[in-house]
Amino acid sequence: MIKCDLCDNPATVHMTEIKNGKKMEKHLCEQCAAKHEMLPSKSHTPINELLTNFVLAHSGLQSQTTQSCQSCGITWADFRQNGLLGCPADYDLFEKELTPLLQRAHEGGTHHSGKVPARVGTDGSATRRMVDLGKLRKELARAVEAEDYEKAAKLRDSIKEAEKIG
Amino acid sequence: MMKLSDLTQPAGEWLRGGGPMNDIVISSRIRLARNVAGFPFLSRCARQDRQVLESRLRDTILAAGISPKTLYVDLQQASDIERQLLVERHLISKPHAAAEGARGVAVSEDETVSIMVNEEDHLRLQVLRSGLQLEEVWEQINRIDDTLESKLDFAFHPRFGYLTACPTNVGTGIRVSVMLHLPALKLIGEIEKVFRAAKDMHLAVRGLYGEGTEATGDFYQISNQATLGKSEEEIIHEFKHLVIPKIIEYEQQARRLLLNERTVQLDDKVHRALGTLRCARLLSSEEVLFLLSHLRLGVHIGRIKDVDIRSINEMFLLTQTAHLQKIQNRKLEGDVRRAARAEYIRKRLGA
Repeated sequence: MIKCDLCDNPATVHMTEIKNGKKMEKHLCEQCAAKHEMLPSKSHTPINELLTNFVLAHSGLQSQTTQSCQSCGITWADFRQNGLLGCPADYDLFEKELTPLLQRAHEGGTHHSGKVPARVGTDGSATRRMVDLGKLRKELARAVEAEDYEKAAKLRDSIKEAEKIG
Repeated sequence: MMKLSDLTQPAGEWLRGGGPMNDIVISSRIRLARNVAGFPFLSRCARQDRQVLESRLRDTILAAGISPKTLYVDLQQASDIERQLLVERHLISKPHAAAEGARGVAVSEDETVSIMVNEEDHLRLQVLRSGLQLEEVWEQINRIDDTLESKLDFAFHPRFGYLTACPTNVGTGIRVSVMLHLPALKLIGEIEKVFRAAKDMHLAVRGLYGEGTEATGDFYQISNQATLGKSEEEIIHEFKHLVIPKIIEYEQQARRLLLNERTVQLDDKVHRALGTLRCARLLSSEEVLFLLSHLRLGVHIGRIKDVDIRSINEMFLLTQTAHLQKIQNRKLEGDVRRAARAEYIRKRLGA
Protein backbone atom coordinates (compact mmCIF):
# COMPACT_ATOMS: atom_id res chain seq x y z
CA MET A 1 0.00 0.00 0.00
CA ILE A 2 1.23 3.46 -0.84
CA LYS A 3 0.67 6.10 1.83
CA CYS A 4 -0.55 9.60 1.09
CA ASP A 5 2.31 12.10 0.71
CA LEU A 6 0.63 14.48 3.15
CA CYS A 7 -0.95 12.24 5.78
CA ASP A 8 -1.03 8.58 6.82
CA ASN A 9 -4.12 7.52 4.92
CA PRO A 10 -3.80 5.13 1.98
CA ALA A 11 -3.13 7.04 -1.25
CA THR A 12 -5.86 6.58 -3.82
CA VAL A 13 -4.95 9.46 -6.13
CA HIS A 14 -1.77 8.95 -8.14
CA MET A 15 -0.43 11.66 -10.35
CA THR A 16 2.61 12.09 -12.51
CA GLU A 17 3.55 15.65 -13.29
CA ILE A 18 6.23 16.71 -15.69
CA LYS A 19 7.66 20.09 -14.80
CA ASN A 20 10.61 21.53 -16.73
CA GLY A 21 11.36 18.09 -18.06
CA LYS A 22 11.44 16.56 -14.57
CA LYS A 23 9.03 13.79 -13.67
CA MET A 24 7.31 14.15 -10.31
CA GLU A 25 5.03 11.56 -8.80
CA LYS A 26 2.38 12.42 -6.25
CA HIS A 27 0.37 10.01 -4.17
CA LEU A 28 -2.51 11.42 -2.19
CA CYS A 29 -5.55 10.28 -0.33
CA GLU A 30 -8.88 11.55 -1.54
CA GLN A 31 -9.24 14.17 1.21
CA CYS A 32 -5.82 15.70 0.67
CA ALA A 33 -6.28 15.69 -3.08
CA ALA A 34 -9.58 17.49 -2.70
CA LYS A 35 -8.22 19.97 -0.12
CA HIS A 36 -5.20 20.94 -2.16
CA GLU A 37 -6.95 20.91 -5.53
CA MET A 38 -4.13 18.85 -6.86
CA LEU A 39 -5.52 18.70 -10.34
CA PRO A 40 -3.35 20.50 -12.85
CA SER A 41 -5.31 23.62 -13.71
CA LYS A 42 -3.60 24.74 -16.87
CA SER A 43 -3.61 21.49 -18.83
CA HIS A 44 -5.76 20.78 -21.86
CA THR A 45 -9.39 20.17 -21.15
CA PRO A 46 -9.53 16.53 -22.22
CA ILE A 47 -6.74 15.51 -19.85
CA ASN A 48 -8.30 17.57 -17.12
CA GLU A 49 -11.58 15.78 -17.66
CA LEU A 50 -9.87 12.43 -17.70
CA LEU A 51 -8.16 13.16 -14.40
CA THR A 52 -11.32 14.44 -12.79
CA ASN A 53 -13.05 11.28 -13.80
CA PHE A 54 -10.15 9.22 -12.60
CA VAL A 55 -10.25 10.92 -9.21
CA LEU A 56 -14.00 10.53 -9.02
CA ALA A 57 -13.84 6.88 -9.93
CA HIS A 58 -11.31 6.14 -7.22
CA SER A 59 -12.64 8.39 -4.50
CA GLY A 60 -15.91 6.72 -3.76
CA LEU A 61 -17.50 10.14 -4.15
CA GLN A 62 -19.28 8.90 -7.23
CA SER A 63 -22.76 7.67 -6.54
CA GLN A 64 -22.14 3.97 -7.05
CA THR A 65 -25.63 3.12 -8.02
CA THR A 66 -27.17 0.04 -6.52
CA GLN A 67 -30.16 0.35 -8.80
CA SER A 68 -30.95 -2.64 -10.94
CA CYS A 69 -32.26 -2.31 -14.48
CA GLN A 70 -36.03 -2.73 -14.67
CA SER A 71 -35.80 -4.34 -18.04
CA CYS A 72 -32.87 -6.79 -17.72
CA GLY A 73 -32.20 -6.83 -13.98
CA ILE A 74 -28.46 -6.18 -13.92
CA THR A 75 -26.77 -3.87 -11.42
CA TRP A 76 -23.64 -1.79 -11.91
CA ALA A 77 -21.75 -4.37 -9.82
CA ASP A 78 -22.88 -7.13 -12.21
CA PHE A 79 -21.50 -5.16 -15.11
CA ARG A 80 -18.20 -4.54 -13.35
CA GLN A 81 -17.90 -8.24 -12.78
CA ASN A 82 -18.28 -9.53 -16.32
CA GLY A 83 -17.85 -6.45 -18.50
CA LEU A 84 -21.11 -6.94 -20.37
CA LEU A 85 -24.28 -4.91 -20.18
CA GLY A 86 -27.63 -6.64 -20.09
CA CYS A 87 -29.77 -4.56 -22.43
CA PRO A 88 -29.90 -1.29 -24.38
CA ALA A 89 -31.62 0.50 -21.46
CA ASP A 90 -28.48 0.06 -19.31
CA TYR A 91 -26.74 2.76 -21.31
CA ASP A 92 -29.23 5.33 -19.98
CA LEU A 93 -29.46 3.88 -16.49
CA PHE A 94 -25.69 3.78 -15.97
CA GLU A 95 -24.81 6.75 -18.15
CA LYS A 96 -22.96 8.57 -15.37
CA GLU A 97 -20.93 5.55 -14.32
CA LEU A 98 -20.18 4.55 -17.90
CA THR A 99 -18.88 7.91 -19.05
CA PRO A 100 -15.36 7.72 -17.57
CA LEU A 101 -15.00 4.11 -18.71
CA LEU A 102 -16.03 5.04 -22.22
CA GLN A 103 -13.57 7.91 -22.30
CA ARG A 104 -10.76 5.61 -21.37
CA ALA A 105 -11.75 2.94 -23.87
CA HIS A 106 -12.35 5.33 -26.76
CA GLU A 107 -9.47 7.82 -26.64
CA GLY A 108 -11.66 10.37 -24.88
CA GLY A 109 -14.68 9.85 -27.14
CA THR A 110 -18.01 10.39 -25.40
CA HIS A 111 -20.45 10.99 -28.25
CA HIS A 112 -21.22 8.95 -31.32
CA SER A 113 -20.02 10.28 -34.63
CA GLY A 114 -20.71 8.28 -37.74
CA LYS A 115 -23.46 6.18 -39.25
CA VAL A 116 -27.05 6.61 -38.10
CA PRO A 117 -29.68 4.04 -39.06
CA ALA A 118 -32.15 5.34 -41.64
CA ARG A 119 -35.10 4.51 -39.44
CA VAL A 120 -34.45 5.44 -35.86
CA GLY A 121 -38.01 5.08 -34.67
CA THR A 122 -40.06 8.23 -35.36
CA ASP A 123 -37.36 10.77 -34.49
CA GLY A 124 -34.91 9.56 -37.10
CA SER A 125 -34.31 13.00 -38.56
CA ALA A 126 -33.76 14.59 -35.15
CA THR A 127 -31.24 11.92 -34.19
CA ARG A 128 -29.40 12.27 -37.45
CA ARG A 129 -29.27 16.03 -36.97
CA MET A 130 -27.79 15.63 -33.50
CA VAL A 131 -25.08 13.34 -34.78
CA ASP A 132 -24.36 15.66 -37.71
CA LEU A 133 -24.10 18.60 -35.35
CA GLY A 134 -21.64 16.74 -33.20
CA LYS A 135 -19.57 15.99 -36.27
CA LEU A 136 -19.64 19.62 -37.43
CA ARG A 137 -18.57 20.86 -34.00
CA LYS A 138 -15.67 18.46 -34.01
CA GLU A 139 -14.61 19.55 -37.49
CA LEU A 140 -14.80 23.15 -36.33
CA ALA A 141 -12.51 22.45 -33.40
CA ARG A 142 -10.07 20.78 -35.75
CA ALA A 143 -10.17 23.65 -38.24
CA VAL A 144 -9.47 26.13 -35.44
CA GLU A 145 -6.62 24.01 -34.20
CA ALA A 146 -5.16 23.87 -37.71
CA GLU A 147 -5.69 27.65 -37.98
CA ASP A 148 -7.82 27.16 -41.07
CA TYR A 149 -10.10 30.07 -40.28
CA GLU A 150 -11.79 30.16 -43.66
CA LYS A 151 -12.99 26.61 -43.16
CA ALA A 152 -13.85 27.36 -39.53
CA ALA A 153 -16.08 30.27 -40.57
CA LYS A 154 -17.94 28.07 -43.04
CA LEU A 155 -18.39 25.35 -40.43
CA ARG A 156 -19.65 27.86 -37.88
CA ASP A 157 -22.29 28.98 -40.39
CA SER A 158 -23.32 25.38 -41.08
CA ILE A 159 -23.67 24.75 -37.34
CA LYS A 160 -25.85 27.84 -36.89
CA GLU A 161 -27.97 26.73 -39.83
CA ALA A 162 -28.34 23.20 -38.44
CA GLU A 163 -29.25 24.51 -34.99
CA LYS A 164 -31.98 26.74 -36.46
CA ILE A 165 -33.77 23.84 -38.15
CA GLY A 166 -34.18 22.15 -34.79
CA MET B 1 -29.53 -23.27 -49.40
CA MET B 2 -25.87 -24.21 -49.47
CA LYS B 3 -24.27 -26.84 -47.26
CA LEU B 4 -21.03 -26.62 -45.36
CA SER B 5 -19.40 -29.13 -47.70
CA ASP B 6 -20.07 -26.67 -50.52
CA LEU B 7 -17.23 -24.50 -49.29
CA THR B 8 -15.13 -25.82 -52.10
CA GLN B 9 -12.53 -23.10 -52.51
CA PRO B 10 -9.17 -24.55 -51.55
CA ALA B 11 -8.34 -21.43 -49.56
CA GLY B 12 -10.62 -19.04 -47.74
CA GLU B 13 -10.86 -15.54 -49.18
CA TRP B 14 -8.33 -14.18 -46.71
CA LEU B 15 -5.65 -16.46 -48.07
CA ARG B 16 -6.43 -16.32 -51.74
CA GLY B 17 -3.45 -14.05 -52.09
CA GLY B 18 -4.80 -11.44 -54.48
CA GLY B 19 -5.54 -7.82 -53.88
CA PRO B 20 -3.35 -4.74 -53.71
CA MET B 21 -0.07 -4.91 -51.73
CA ASN B 22 -0.53 -8.64 -51.24
CA ASP B 23 3.17 -9.28 -50.65
CA ILE B 24 2.71 -7.64 -47.24
CA VAL B 25 -1.02 -7.18 -46.67
CA ILE B 26 -2.74 -10.54 -46.33
CA SER B 27 -6.26 -9.28 -45.82
CA SER B 28 -8.55 -6.38 -44.97
CA ARG B 29 -11.47 -7.02 -42.66
CA ILE B 30 -14.24 -4.90 -41.21
CA ARG B 31 -16.82 -6.06 -38.72
CA LEU B 32 -19.88 -4.30 -37.38
CA ALA B 33 -21.64 -5.15 -34.12
CA ARG B 34 -25.43 -4.74 -34.10
CA ASN B 35 -28.23 -5.59 -31.69
CA VAL B 36 -31.96 -5.78 -32.26
CA ALA B 37 -34.00 -3.25 -30.30
CA GLY B 38 -36.53 -4.73 -27.89
CA PHE B 39 -34.38 -7.70 -26.90
CA PRO B 40 -31.87 -7.89 -24.04
CA PHE B 41 -28.23 -8.45 -24.95
CA LEU B 42 -27.28 -12.12 -25.12
CA SER B 43 -25.88 -12.58 -21.62
CA ARG B 44 -29.37 -11.66 -20.32
CA CYS B 45 -31.37 -13.47 -22.98
CA ALA B 46 -33.56 -16.31 -21.79
CA ARG B 47 -33.30 -19.50 -23.82
CA GLN B 48 -36.53 -18.81 -25.59
CA ASP B 49 -35.59 -15.23 -26.54
CA ARG B 50 -32.32 -16.51 -27.85
CA GLN B 51 -34.09 -19.01 -30.05
CA VAL B 52 -36.58 -16.43 -31.29
CA LEU B 53 -33.71 -14.10 -32.18
CA GLU B 54 -31.77 -16.83 -33.92
CA SER B 55 -34.59 -17.94 -36.17
CA ARG B 56 -35.76 -14.41 -36.88
CA LEU B 57 -32.25 -13.22 -37.76
CA ARG B 58 -31.58 -16.30 -39.85
CA ASP B 59 -34.77 -15.76 -41.87
CA THR B 60 -34.06 -12.05 -42.29
CA ILE B 61 -30.50 -12.62 -43.48
CA LEU B 62 -31.46 -15.36 -45.91
CA ALA B 63 -34.37 -13.32 -47.30
CA ALA B 64 -32.25 -10.18 -47.61
CA GLY B 65 -30.14 -11.63 -50.42
CA ILE B 66 -26.85 -10.34 -49.00
CA SER B 67 -25.02 -12.38 -51.64
CA PRO B 68 -26.05 -14.45 -54.70
CA LYS B 69 -25.74 -17.69 -52.72
CA THR B 70 -25.76 -17.78 -48.94
CA LEU B 71 -24.97 -20.66 -46.64
CA TYR B 72 -26.37 -20.70 -43.12
CA VAL B 73 -24.78 -22.99 -40.56
CA ASP B 74 -26.69 -23.81 -37.40
CA LEU B 75 -23.78 -24.01 -35.00
CA GLN B 76 -25.75 -25.81 -32.34
CA GLN B 77 -26.11 -28.72 -34.76
CA ALA B 78 -22.65 -28.51 -36.36
CA SER B 79 -19.89 -30.94 -35.35
CA ASP B 80 -16.70 -29.90 -33.58
CA ILE B 81 -14.67 -30.27 -36.75
CA GLU B 82 -17.14 -28.23 -38.79
CA ARG B 83 -17.00 -25.42 -36.26
CA GLN B 84 -13.21 -25.56 -36.16
CA LEU B 85 -13.16 -25.47 -39.96
CA LEU B 86 -15.12 -22.22 -39.90
CA VAL B 87 -12.69 -20.76 -37.37
CA GLU B 88 -9.70 -21.69 -39.51
CA ARG B 89 -11.35 -20.00 -42.51
CA HIS B 90 -11.93 -16.86 -40.41
CA LEU B 91 -15.69 -17.12 -40.82
CA ILE B 92 -16.51 -17.39 -37.10
CA SER B 93 -14.64 -16.42 -33.94
CA LYS B 94 -13.21 -18.94 -31.50
CA PRO B 95 -15.72 -17.98 -28.76
CA HIS B 96 -18.59 -18.42 -31.22
CA ALA B 97 -17.37 -21.92 -32.04
CA ALA B 98 -17.06 -22.83 -28.38
CA ALA B 99 -20.29 -21.22 -27.14
CA GLU B 100 -23.56 -22.94 -26.36
CA GLY B 101 -27.18 -22.31 -27.26
CA ALA B 102 -29.01 -21.18 -30.37
CA ARG B 103 -26.50 -19.49 -32.68
CA GLY B 104 -25.27 -19.63 -36.23
CA VAL B 105 -23.45 -18.02 -39.08
CA ALA B 106 -24.42 -16.95 -42.57
CA VAL B 107 -21.65 -17.12 -45.16
CA SER B 108 -21.60 -15.91 -48.75
CA GLU B 109 -20.46 -18.42 -51.33
CA ASP B 110 -17.23 -16.55 -52.04
CA GLU B 111 -16.63 -16.34 -48.25
CA THR B 112 -16.13 -12.57 -48.31
CA VAL B 113 -19.20 -12.06 -46.12
CA SER B 114 -20.02 -13.75 -42.85
CA ILE B 115 -22.68 -12.81 -40.36
CA MET B 116 -22.51 -14.36 -36.92
CA VAL B 117 -25.86 -14.65 -35.18
CA ASN B 118 -25.96 -14.58 -31.36
CA GLU B 119 -22.26 -14.11 -30.73
CA GLU B 120 -21.45 -11.46 -28.11
CA ASP B 121 -23.94 -9.22 -29.94
CA HIS B 122 -27.07 -10.33 -31.79
CA LEU B 123 -25.31 -9.71 -35.08
CA ARG B 124 -21.66 -9.51 -35.99
CA LEU B 125 -21.28 -8.65 -39.66
CA GLN B 126 -17.94 -9.23 -41.31
CA VAL B 127 -16.53 -8.56 -44.75
CA LEU B 128 -13.08 -9.91 -45.50
CA ARG B 129 -11.03 -9.46 -48.68
CA SER B 130 -7.48 -10.29 -49.53
CA GLY B 131 -4.91 -7.53 -49.87
CA LEU B 132 -5.41 -3.92 -48.92
CA GLN B 133 -9.00 -3.11 -49.88
CA LEU B 134 -10.47 -1.26 -46.92
CA GLU B 135 -12.66 1.14 -48.88
CA GLU B 136 -14.16 -1.66 -50.97
CA VAL B 137 -14.75 -3.68 -47.82
CA TRP B 138 -16.44 -0.74 -46.10
CA GLU B 139 -18.66 -0.06 -49.10
CA GLN B 140 -19.78 -3.70 -49.16
CA ILE B 141 -20.42 -4.05 -45.43
CA ASN B 142 -22.19 -0.69 -45.27
CA ARG B 143 -24.55 -1.85 -48.00
CA ILE B 144 -25.27 -5.11 -46.21
CA ASP B 145 -25.88 -3.19 -42.98
CA ASP B 146 -28.32 -0.88 -44.82
CA THR B 147 -30.18 -3.87 -46.22
CA LEU B 148 -30.51 -5.57 -42.83
CA GLU B 149 -31.42 -2.31 -41.18
CA SER B 150 -34.35 -1.84 -43.55
CA LYS B 151 -35.78 -5.05 -42.10
CA LEU B 152 -34.64 -4.87 -38.49
CA ASP B 153 -34.80 -2.19 -35.83
CA PHE B 154 -31.26 -1.89 -34.44
CA ALA B 155 -30.67 -0.62 -30.90
CA PHE B 156 -29.39 2.92 -31.40
CA HIS B 157 -28.87 5.83 -29.01
CA PRO B 158 -28.44 9.47 -30.06
CA ARG B 159 -25.44 9.93 -27.78
CA PHE B 160 -23.91 6.44 -27.76
CA GLY B 161 -24.69 5.32 -31.31
CA TYR B 162 -25.15 1.61 -31.97
CA LEU B 163 -25.54 -0.09 -28.61
CA THR B 164 -23.45 -3.18 -27.93
CA ALA B 165 -23.22 -5.67 -25.10
CA CYS B 166 -19.68 -4.56 -24.31
CA PRO B 167 -19.19 -0.78 -24.04
CA THR B 168 -15.80 -1.09 -25.76
CA ASN B 169 -17.67 -1.62 -29.06
CA VAL B 170 -20.37 1.01 -28.64
CA GLY B 171 -20.78 3.85 -31.15
CA THR B 172 -19.97 2.72 -34.65
CA GLY B 173 -19.57 -0.90 -33.53
CA ILE B 174 -16.79 -1.08 -36.09
CA ARG B 175 -13.58 -3.00 -35.96
CA VAL B 176 -11.21 -2.48 -38.85
CA SER B 177 -8.45 -5.10 -39.02
CA VAL B 178 -5.61 -5.45 -41.44
CA MET B 179 -3.54 -8.62 -41.42
CA LEU B 180 0.08 -8.05 -42.25
CA HIS B 181 2.99 -10.36 -42.97
CA LEU B 182 6.09 -8.74 -41.47
CA PRO B 183 8.89 -11.33 -41.51
CA ALA B 184 11.70 -8.90 -42.40
CA LEU B 185 10.91 -6.53 -39.53
CA LYS B 186 10.99 -9.53 -37.24
CA LEU B 187 14.31 -10.74 -38.64
CA ILE B 188 16.05 -7.39 -38.20
CA GLY B 189 14.56 -6.98 -34.71
CA GLU B 190 12.40 -3.93 -35.38
CA ILE B 191 8.99 -5.50 -34.88
CA GLU B 192 8.67 -4.36 -31.25
CA LYS B 193 8.93 -0.77 -32.41
CA VAL B 194 5.95 -1.30 -34.70
CA PHE B 195 3.95 -2.70 -31.79
CA ARG B 196 4.80 0.22 -29.57
CA ALA B 197 3.95 2.76 -32.28
CA ALA B 198 0.65 0.99 -32.92
CA LYS B 199 -0.17 0.95 -29.23
CA ASP B 200 0.59 4.66 -28.97
CA MET B 201 -2.08 5.15 -31.60
CA HIS B 202 -4.53 3.08 -29.55
CA LEU B 203 -4.41 0.25 -32.04
CA ALA B 204 -4.45 -3.39 -31.03
CA VAL B 205 -1.93 -5.88 -32.39
CA ARG B 206 -3.06 -9.48 -32.41
CA GLY B 207 -2.21 -12.83 -33.94
CA LEU B 208 -3.76 -14.78 -36.80
CA TYR B 209 -7.03 -15.59 -35.11
CA GLY B 210 -7.81 -12.29 -33.44
CA GLU B 211 -8.47 -11.59 -29.81
CA GLY B 212 -6.36 -13.57 -27.38
CA THR B 213 -4.20 -15.29 -29.97
CA GLU B 214 -0.44 -15.06 -30.26
CA ALA B 215 1.18 -13.73 -33.36
CA THR B 216 2.54 -16.81 -35.11
CA GLY B 217 4.55 -17.02 -38.29
CA ASP B 218 5.09 -13.25 -38.40
CA PHE B 219 1.41 -12.53 -39.10
CA TYR B 220 0.00 -9.58 -37.26
CA GLN B 221 -3.50 -8.23 -37.16
CA ILE B 222 -3.71 -4.50 -36.51
CA SER B 223 -7.09 -3.12 -35.50
CA ASN B 224 -8.75 -0.04 -34.05
CA GLN B 225 -9.97 -0.02 -30.48
CA ALA B 226 -11.90 3.23 -30.19
CA THR B 227 -15.40 3.03 -31.65
CA LEU B 228 -17.03 6.04 -29.99
CA GLY B 229 -16.41 9.56 -31.22
CA LYS B 230 -14.78 8.70 -34.52
CA SER B 231 -16.77 8.02 -37.67
CA GLU B 232 -16.29 4.89 -39.75
CA GLU B 233 -14.73 6.94 -42.55
CA GLU B 234 -12.27 8.63 -40.20
CA ILE B 235 -11.05 5.29 -38.86
CA ILE B 236 -10.74 3.77 -42.33
CA HIS B 237 -9.00 6.85 -43.67
CA GLU B 238 -6.48 6.73 -40.84
CA PHE B 239 -5.73 3.09 -41.55
CA LYS B 240 -5.51 3.45 -45.29
CA HIS B 241 -3.49 6.62 -45.49
CA LEU B 242 -1.55 6.74 -42.26
CA VAL B 243 -1.07 3.53 -40.36
CA ILE B 244 -0.81 0.78 -42.96
CA PRO B 245 1.30 2.57 -45.61
CA LYS B 246 3.88 3.43 -42.94
CA ILE B 247 4.16 -0.15 -41.78
CA ILE B 248 4.33 -1.42 -45.38
CA GLU B 249 7.14 1.01 -46.12
CA TYR B 250 8.98 -0.07 -42.98
CA GLU B 251 8.74 -3.74 -43.95
CA GLN B 252 9.86 -2.95 -47.51
CA GLN B 253 12.89 -1.12 -46.16
CA ALA B 254 13.67 -4.06 -43.92
CA ARG B 255 13.41 -6.45 -46.87
CA ARG B 256 15.75 -4.28 -48.94
CA LEU B 257 18.22 -4.13 -46.08
CA LEU B 258 18.21 -7.91 -45.72
CA LEU B 259 18.65 -8.36 -49.46
CA ASN B 260 21.49 -5.89 -49.77
CA GLU B 261 23.40 -6.40 -46.57
CA ARG B 262 22.62 -9.85 -45.30
CA THR B 263 22.07 -11.77 -48.53
CA VAL B 264 23.68 -15.01 -47.41
CA GLN B 265 21.92 -15.06 -44.04
CA LEU B 266 18.62 -14.33 -45.75
CA ASP B 267 19.18 -17.03 -48.37
CA ASP B 268 20.06 -19.46 -45.61
CA LYS B 269 16.85 -18.67 -43.68
CA VAL B 270 14.47 -19.05 -46.61
CA HIS B 271 16.14 -22.10 -48.12
CA ARG B 272 16.41 -23.74 -44.73
CA ALA B 273 12.66 -23.27 -44.38
CA LEU B 274 12.08 -24.84 -47.78
CA GLY B 275 14.45 -27.69 -46.95
CA THR B 276 12.70 -28.48 -43.69
CA LEU B 277 9.28 -28.37 -45.29
CA ARG B 278 10.45 -30.70 -48.07
CA CYS B 279 12.11 -33.22 -45.78
CA ALA B 280 10.52 -33.17 -42.32
CA ARG B 281 8.49 -36.18 -41.23
CA LEU B 282 6.70 -34.60 -38.26
CA LEU B 283 5.43 -31.03 -38.32
CA SER B 284 3.37 -29.10 -35.77
CA SER B 285 1.03 -26.39 -37.02
CA GLU B 286 3.09 -23.67 -35.33
CA GLU B 287 6.29 -24.83 -36.97
CA VAL B 288 4.54 -24.91 -40.34
CA LEU B 289 3.35 -21.33 -39.93
CA PHE B 290 6.85 -20.25 -39.02
CA LEU B 291 8.45 -22.08 -41.96
CA LEU B 292 5.83 -21.04 -44.48
CA SER B 293 6.30 -17.45 -43.35
CA HIS B 294 10.00 -17.60 -44.28
CA LEU B 295 9.21 -19.43 -47.50
CA ARG B 296 6.68 -16.75 -48.42
CA LEU B 297 9.30 -14.07 -47.80
CA GLY B 298 11.77 -15.95 -50.01
CA VAL B 299 9.29 -16.13 -52.87
CA HIS B 300 8.24 -12.49 -52.59
CA ILE B 301 11.77 -11.16 -52.69
CA GLY B 302 12.69 -13.44 -55.57
CA ARG B 303 15.15 -15.72 -53.78
CA ILE B 304 12.99 -18.82 -54.23
CA LYS B 305 11.60 -19.30 -57.70
CA ASP B 306 10.15 -22.80 -57.92
CA VAL B 307 7.30 -22.38 -55.42
CA ASP B 308 4.25 -20.21 -56.10
CA ILE B 309 2.43 -18.03 -53.60
CA ARG B 310 -0.87 -19.70 -54.29
CA SER B 311 0.40 -23.07 -53.05
CA ILE B 312 1.93 -21.44 -50.00
CA ASN B 313 -1.38 -19.78 -49.16
CA GLU B 314 -3.24 -23.05 -49.58
CA MET B 315 -0.77 -24.86 -47.39
CA PHE B 316 -1.32 -22.27 -44.66
CA LEU B 317 -4.96 -23.20 -44.47
CA LEU B 318 -5.03 -26.84 -45.41
CA THR B 319 -2.41 -27.89 -42.88
CA GLN B 320 -4.42 -26.51 -39.98
CA THR B 321 -5.92 -29.12 -37.75
CA ALA B 322 -9.55 -29.21 -38.88
CA HIS B 323 -8.73 -28.86 -42.57
CA LEU B 324 -6.13 -31.59 -42.41
CA GLN B 325 -8.66 -33.93 -40.84
CA LYS B 326 -11.22 -32.99 -43.45
CA ILE B 327 -8.80 -33.80 -46.30
CA GLN B 328 -7.91 -37.11 -44.67
CA ASN B 329 -11.50 -37.69 -43.75
CA ARG B 330 -10.61 -39.03 -40.29
CA LYS B 331 -9.75 -37.85 -36.82
CA LEU B 332 -6.03 -37.40 -36.31
CA GLU B 333 -4.18 -36.95 -33.04
CA GLY B 334 -0.63 -36.29 -31.88
CA ASP B 335 2.20 -37.65 -34.01
CA VAL B 336 -0.22 -39.23 -36.48
CA ARG B 337 -1.54 -35.74 -37.19
CA ARG B 338 1.94 -34.23 -37.35
CA ALA B 339 3.05 -36.98 -39.73
CA ALA B 340 0.01 -36.42 -41.96
CA ARG B 341 0.77 -32.70 -42.03
CA ALA B 342 4.41 -33.29 -43.02
CA GLU B 343 3.37 -35.76 -45.68
CA TYR B 344 0.81 -33.39 -47.17
CA ILE B 345 3.42 -30.60 -47.38
CA ARG B 346 6.04 -32.89 -48.94
CA LYS B 347 3.55 -33.80 -51.63
CA ARG B 348 2.59 -30.18 -52.27
CA LEU B 349 6.23 -29.18 -52.60
CA GLY B 350 6.92 -32.05 -54.96
CA ALA B 351 9.47 -33.65 -52.71
